[in-house]
Amino acid sequence: MKMTISLFLILFTAFSANSQGYKVGDNAEDFKLLNVDGKYVQMADYEDAKGFIVIFTCNHCPYSVAYEDRINLLDRRFSQEGYPVIAVNPNDSLIQPQDSYSKMIVRAREKSFSFPYLLDASQEVFKTYGATRTPHVYILNKENKELVVRYIGAIDNNYEDGGAATEKYVESAIENLKMGELPEPDFTKAIGCTIKVKKS
Amino acid sequence: MKIGFLSVVLLFVATFALSVSAQIKVVNFKNFKPLLEKNNDTTYVINFWATWCAPCVKELPDFESINQQFKDKKFKMLLVSLDFRKSFETRLIPFVEQNKLKAEVLLLHEPDGNSWIDLVDTNWSGAIPATLIYNKDFRVFHEGGYTYQELNSIITNNLKP
Repeated sequence: MKMTISLFLILFTAFSANSQGYKVGDNAEDFKLLNVDGKYVQMADYEDAKGFIVIFTCNHCPYSVAYEDRINLLDRRFSQEGYPVIAVNPNDSLIQPQDSYSKMIVRAREKSFSFPYLLDASQEVFKTYGATRTPHVYILNKENKELVVRYIGAIDNNYEDGGAATEKYVESAIENLKMGELPEPDFTKAIGCTIKVKKS
Repeated sequence: MKIGFLSVVLLFVATFALSVSAQIKVVNFKNFKPLLEKNNDTTYVINFWATWCAPCVKELPDFESINQQFKDKKFKMLLVSLDFRKSFETRLIPFVEQNKLKAEVLLLHEPDGNSWIDLVDTNWSGAIPATLIYNKDFRVFHEGGYTYQELNSIITNNLKP
């Protein structure tokens, strides 16, 4: 029995490594990653959450930096409503030293991040999710104990000026989910920094 | 005398800065789009980059070499910067000057990426660097970096006589 499970896991892992990551409607896997406070965080710890705003982001990327204040606001608003932000830095710090764990701690303190800022040290989480750039958002909704991907994409449609954004994709998506509706649009694109992958 | 000299220097610097900024156009997507759809014998290399994007900056010297190598052929290179509009004067122009870029540089200012990324190529997620190489009979889009050898072979194999 154990053998079968391991075999299944191996097959599943191999399959997910080859796939292009999650699409809207897929069930997302939980992860357990190191936070800037030295503790490990997993989504299973949030028993009361209705879902999550998972954001792949980092220190160095100007697009990520431009969105830091907006990410703080999203968390302050939506964590009270059951949809906390969980930020994940997917970058290899050997390639981009500004994205090291110690610099993440500094940034989280400087910007008073109200949300966990986790390091994807093995770079497996971003690959499983299929993130390609920073920032890259995945909204997960708890449905029958599964975490279902309900939105993938940008935070809003103006990286330079949140006040000038005419579409606030993440806000609208959460409002939809709260009312039991599916987000529309559920997939958007934005310019971002490539994820810095460890050289093998 | 000192002031006179300083004025000359300032004038010189100002003229130089103006001449560089005059070469770099700021375009929106509507004005940029025709450059993705030329239907002629020229092979276009359109590289999306930004001064803050380390992998983009790293491959620029290879793009510059390629541009020098093919500039007398039916060939046109565009380095399309996605820098923020507010860093046009403070980052982009100084970068182009310092690195003596010869290929044509544009600043594409269109912050709503979702409205235009698919119109460049539906396979593009929006990460940079990304490069489109095309002529009327050929089109290849690549998200990620290119080596000199890769660029050279794609262009050599598709260049029109």
